Amino acid sequence: MRAAVRKVVGYLGAIAVMLVVWEVAALVLASPALPGPASGVGQLVAQASVIWPQFIVSAWRVVASIVVGLVVGGPIGLLLGRARRADALFGPLVFLNYPIPKVVFFPILLVLLGIGDVSIIALISLIVFFQILVTARDASKSIPSSSVLSVRSLGADSWQVFRHVVVPASMPEVFTALRISAGTAVAVLFFAESVAGSTGLGYYVFDAWGRIAYGEMFAGILAMAVLGVLLYEAIEFAERRVCRWAQAQR
Amino acid sequence: MPDVVVEDASVTYHGVEADVLALEHVGLSLPAGEAIALIGPSGCGKSTLLLAMAGLLAPSSGRVTVGGEQLLGPRLRTALILQDFGLLPWKTVLANAELGLVIRKQPAKESRHRTMEALERVGLAEFIHACPGELSGGMRQRLALARALALDADLLLMDEPLSALDALTREDLQDLLLELWRDRGHTSMLVTHSIEEAVYLGRKVVVMTPRPGRVAAVVDNPLMGSAGYRQTEVFYERCAELRALLAAEGALHPDAAAAAAAGGAA
Repeated sequence: MRAAVRKVVGYLGAIAVMLVVWEVAALVLASPALPGPASGVGQLVAQASVIWPQFIVSAWRVVASIVVGLVVGGPIGLLLGRARRADALFGPLVFLNYPIPKVVFFPILLVLLGIGDVSIIALISLIVFFQILVTARDASKSIPSSSVLSVRSLGADSWQVFRHVVVPASMPEVFTALRISAGTAVAVLFFAESVAGSTGLGYYVFDAWGRIAYGEMFAGILAMAVLGVLLYEAIEFAERRVCRWAQAQR
Repeated sequence: MPDVVVEDASVTYHGVEADVLALEHVGLSLPAGEAIALIGPSGCGKSTLLLAMAGLLAPSSGRVTVGGEQLLGPRLRTALILQDFGLLPWKTVLANAELGLVIRKQPAKESRHRTMEALERVGLAEFIHACPGELSGGMRQRLALARALALDADLLLMDEPLSALDALTREDLQDLLLELWRDRGHTSMLVTHSIEEAVYLGRKVVVMTPRPGRVAAVVDNPLMGSAGYRQTEVFYERCAELRALLAAEGALHPDAAAAAAAGGAA
């Protein structure tokens, strides 16, 4: 409980500092492109009924993408880390594709899947998939053999070793990858939404920019920031529940 | 309780550079309910032998039989306790102790009952919801023992189970191991680096040669388990005898070996 209070106080403090920096920057630059926080926050409140549906659309897209990337990339990565032969076969494929910036495939996805949720989710999932896959593979590769041995001595088959050792042991690393992926996912979301379609926070920000409605633009930026923070906190919350043991480890 | 017979077992590891012969024609017999301590220079294949007896490693030649049956894989009632205790840090004390029963798909209710009994026996009943990371070294060792007890193990194989503990905790757990063996009468095999521990916990002490490991000698230690054995003359004599045997195998530092030889002669 005290940790929660401390967290809220920390967030409030950080918000206060950012508002001050924003206000000062707005005063110094004195440009219409950077309105003060009063205008941005004011527009966020005034435009709430317009922004909220866009927020929901964006949140759905990014959460769906992260779930797809995790559910597909996690198990494959964990398996590759444990199965030497499969790793020799597919490992090079992964490493060849990992460094390629996946956003360049967006035009192809748009042609194949059409403009809309599916192509955007496909793009973000692809990026999350590789980030999780590579981390999960390394994590499961570095599991101490003594953990595996002790469970095998109890008569565990491969599936039981996977379930009781490989999956839980790799969880802290997978969560770290997930947190990094969440940041990337929101960034790619903005890109995809501003390039294609007419929905979502990315589109809202870009549309406001085109109309030179800078107050509204900042309202959209703030909404996007809130989305990022909520994602991050949700992942933190899940990690604390799943990886309680990692905090006990000294 | 099962007897264990290792017949002419050799184990070769296929290394990157060259093959390593870890065990060479080892023959060893553990009568049912016997307590054996295994000691030898480091790298002599003690752990390899233990893994073979647990059914986790098939000998390149020769065979291991437990209770008259040749071992082809892990056996239901064999418990293996490793140096790092083999605990899973992500599972609670209760889940760790219960793991063997869960993996062997035993009925849930009975498993829980047996696990709680075992945890009570080793004095961990109050800590069932803690993680191993929150326990002291001695408590972790007790937890590893509880897992073996919950399985109702009739063959207990231990690979330097106490070597990571401080001296006081170590004696405490040696007494617990002895007590459990006397109460339950399981067949027990303890691999150790410590001469005193081998004499305290082995009614027979097997001395191995440096790699490739073979059995160099078997020392009978019939008074093992008698009250206050650690303080008796016989205990010291056995220790000296073992020290001399190990020195002869080149397991001790030359100075220590000379001292042991002198002590052994006196």
